[in-house]
Amino acid sequence: MKQTELVIIGGGPAGMSAALAAHTCGIRDILILERDCALGGILQQCIHNGFGLHRFGEELTGPEYAWRYEKEVREKEIPFLLDTMVLDISPERVITATNKENGIFQIQAKAVILAMGCRERPRGALNIAGTRPAGIYSAGTAQKYVNLKGYLPGRDVVILGSGDIGLIMARRMTLEGARVHAVCELMPYSGGLARNIEQCLNDFNIPLKLSHTVVEIHGKERLEGVTIARVDEKRRPIPETREYIPCDTLLLSVGLIPENELSKTASVPLDRITNGALVDQDRETEVEGIFACGNVLHVHDLVDFVSEEAQIAGESAAAYIKGETAQRTDVKLRTDGKIRYTVPQRITKKKDVSVYFRVADVYRNARIKVMNGESVVYQKKKARMSPGEMECITLKSELFENTSELYLSLEVEK
Amino acid sequence: MYDVAVIGGGVVGGMIARKLSSYRLDLCILEKAHDVAMGASSANSAIVHAGFDAKEGSLKAKLNVKGSEMMEKVCRELGVKYQNNGSLVIGFDEADRATVEELYRRGVANGVKELRVVERDELSRLEPNVSKNAICALYAPTGSIVCPYELTIASIGNAMDNGADLHLDFEVKKIEDMGEFFRISSGRDTVCARYIVNAAGLYSDAIAHMVGDDSFSVHPRRGEYVLLDKECGTLVRSTVFRTPSKMGKGILVSPTVDGNLLTGPTSFDMEDKTDRSTTAEGLSLVMKQAGENVEGVQFGKSITSFCGLRAVGSTGDFIINLPRPRFVNAAGIESPGLSSAPAIAEYVAELLASGGLALDGKQDFNPYRAPMHAFREGTLEEKNEMIKKDPSYGHIICRCETVSEGEILAAIRQNPKPRDLDGVKRRTRAQMGRCQGGFCAPYIVELLANEMQIPYEEVTKFGGGSLINYNKTKGEEIQ
Repeated sequence: MKQTELVIIGGGPAGMSAALAAHTCGIRDILILERDCALGGILQQCIHNGFGLHRFGEELTGPEYAWRYEKEVREKEIPFLLDTMVLDISPERVITATNKENGIFQIQAKAVILAMGCRERPRGALNIAGTRPAGIYSAGTAQKYVNLKGYLPGRDVVILGSGDIGLIMARRMTLEGARVHAVCELMPYSGGLARNIEQCLNDFNIPLKLSHTVVEIHGKERLEGVTIARVDEKRRPIPETREYIPCDTLLLSVGLIPENELSKTASVPLDRITNGALVDQDRETEVEGIFACGNVLHVHDLVDFVSEEAQIAGESAAAYIKGETAQRTDVKLRTDGKIRYTVPQRITKKKDVSVYFRVADVYRNARIKVMNGESVVYQKKKARMSPGEMECITLKSELFENTSELYLSLEVEK
Repeated sequence: MYDVAVIGGGVVGGMIARKLSSYRLDLCILEKAHDVAMGASSANSAIVHAGFDAKEGSLKAKLNVKGSEMMEKVCRELGVKYQNNGSLVIGFDEADRATVEELYRRGVANGVKELRVVERDELSRLEPNVSKNAICALYAPTGSIVCPYELTIASIGNAMDNGADLHLDFEVKKIEDMGEFFRISSGRDTVCARYIVNAAGLYSDAIAHMVGDDSFSVHPRRGEYVLLDKECGTLVRSTVFRTPSKMGKGILVSPTVDGNLLTGPTSFDMEDKTDRSTTAEGLSLVMKQAGENVEGVQFGKSITSFCGLRAVGSTGDFIINLPRPRFVNAAGIESPGLSSAPAIAEYVAELLASGGLALDGKQDFNPYRAPMHAFREGTLEEKNEMIKKDPSYGHIICRCETVSEGEILAAIRQNPKPRDLDGVKRRTRAQMGRCQGGFCAPYIVELLANEMQIPYEEVTKFGGGSLINYNKTKGEEIQ
């Protein structure tokens, strides 16, 4: 069986950034496996700008951002295989993959980085009543038809869900000549970035209907309309508020799910909140030698943060391959529910760690507190937090001494 | 001039056509939709019933038991997935126990083998996740599951491989009896056939009416289902029913042959034969009752919900008869229609023979059809051999269900050829996984457009006006 030091599953922004970081650390025997026909992942179809502000200090389109990494991957001659689908990863890091040229083949890897990204939640997951006509797409699928295939999948559009892809597609469909009649959001706030609400909806006079959902789908062949309704505080539709909107297209932007099918084949334990692997500060999963980064680990707001996280995974995988050791510890991070989760979930080495998390609701004037038993070891005030924006705090290495658990909570002022 | 025209490309029409294609007959299947298996055969419980439900002495009872016994062989010949997983009818109180015992007696009278009543202890050993409140169950080890649309597609494909013609988009509007033969017209096209088999499902009353048979009517009964991710497919091993009521067998929880978990159906009498919409009330009822019968059904892992319309006949039994010369009804085939289909085919052939049709066996009849899922079930070596011959088998298009380009192209080229996205889905499972085609549909549209040599924007979801795309984004005016 072919042996490779580092195999990276996925050639999107996470996979490429991880590969480059490992390369910088001196690893040369790397292989990126990419299922699509080009590197870049979902950025290929994200032709709008707004990428790279944090990473490069300038606004790039998705393909431009991806090219910055691809160019470097090519210059450094890091090997990659395109149109190659990984079918299985064993806990012993044997990877089974398939493509046209090699057929089904296996590789024994010393370390594996999972960078498969995420996928959109489909209509079926919502159980919306009604018919099943053509014209219902996840926003990303519509984006692919428009931006990569060059076809218009709809003319009169309603969008359910105000996640970033939904907002971006509201603008894209408008620019391509379609009419976007409304964006409905189940929650009383949008899950998308504030700048996207402004630039994609407000600038085009597209109404954002908060606390609204689609309750029924109409049409036998192509979609003919949707019935929307306001929801109460328990997110149940209020019958008197039902409203029919004629449309031929319903785009769904109702959440992203990390794509962890392969992680499961490798017996990687998952976090039931993030739907991604449980990892330590190195982004190593609970299966030795298997690392995870990017949207397969938890869904990020910006690709810049994906690249940053992938760099950690790449460097850590390199250190693992080289057998580098560090001072060990074992501290679990627990949260109070207002803070829904943290990544990493566990600290195994004594070093400064950036901890990422999301909150459960919109909070104003909240105080983030980290407790070791009864004592507050870290606190920080934030004027506003929302589930749509990922938060980050940095915890110093000394906090990870003489304890097995730290508790993160949110104190909200009345 | 055909010897026989079978009206209806569902599982009943399909099995009849396959049976008739074993004789020296010129044969056609007329289907009004864009593909076969578009009616009740595309959306039902996918169960091969053991045969204890139907009343003793009824046609339903007789054909169910016989069809169920034939099913495994039929599926083997056609390369269709079939699994003998057993079925349980669970009871919660003494009234239910009486029903369970009544079903037992009826099953024995109908000739169902190995049937027995099991008590609480054995029930929890058989199915640990069945509700702790269930006190007993009727256990039918011969109960099985099958994929209904795969069976329909395969039987029609096999009939075509043996010489039958398939006319799609052929909605029968008029039938004229010319004395020796019938002229059957869709308004656009006409075919002539000496004999007609009416297997038109929900519309079989309308077809019978065209030849002056008004002896029965058919109405739709809505059944709504929720299908769960493969992650949940092992929650139960057997098909778990609730003790039945007047409206049907209640909400079942069952694995499917493809490894998903199926829950449903509701049972609601309707008037509109075209209304296949699900309702909020129906879907919540499915979730509520499935949860009562089996513990740990995770509806958060639903991947789709759908509705099927059962063709309920006015007589209470299957309506299989010869109401006038050279015209056979196979109507009112509600549950257990799928289970009975192979036996219905034999019964219809006998009726045709009694009506004067000569049935001479064909020497070169081939009962076998290449399985649609041969590649995925091959060994690593077999797969690599295949990829070496045709590299497109190495290229995965549907990542959720791991379906290769080669399998999709093979399906597009095999009888009966799919012409739309849903057709590819039913044949290959591509788009049937947890992302429901989000990633692979744009590629499959391309494969269909290339194979059919039509523009990308003309590819539909299921024919008619079910367009996926309207026009190119650049260089063309938007209407």
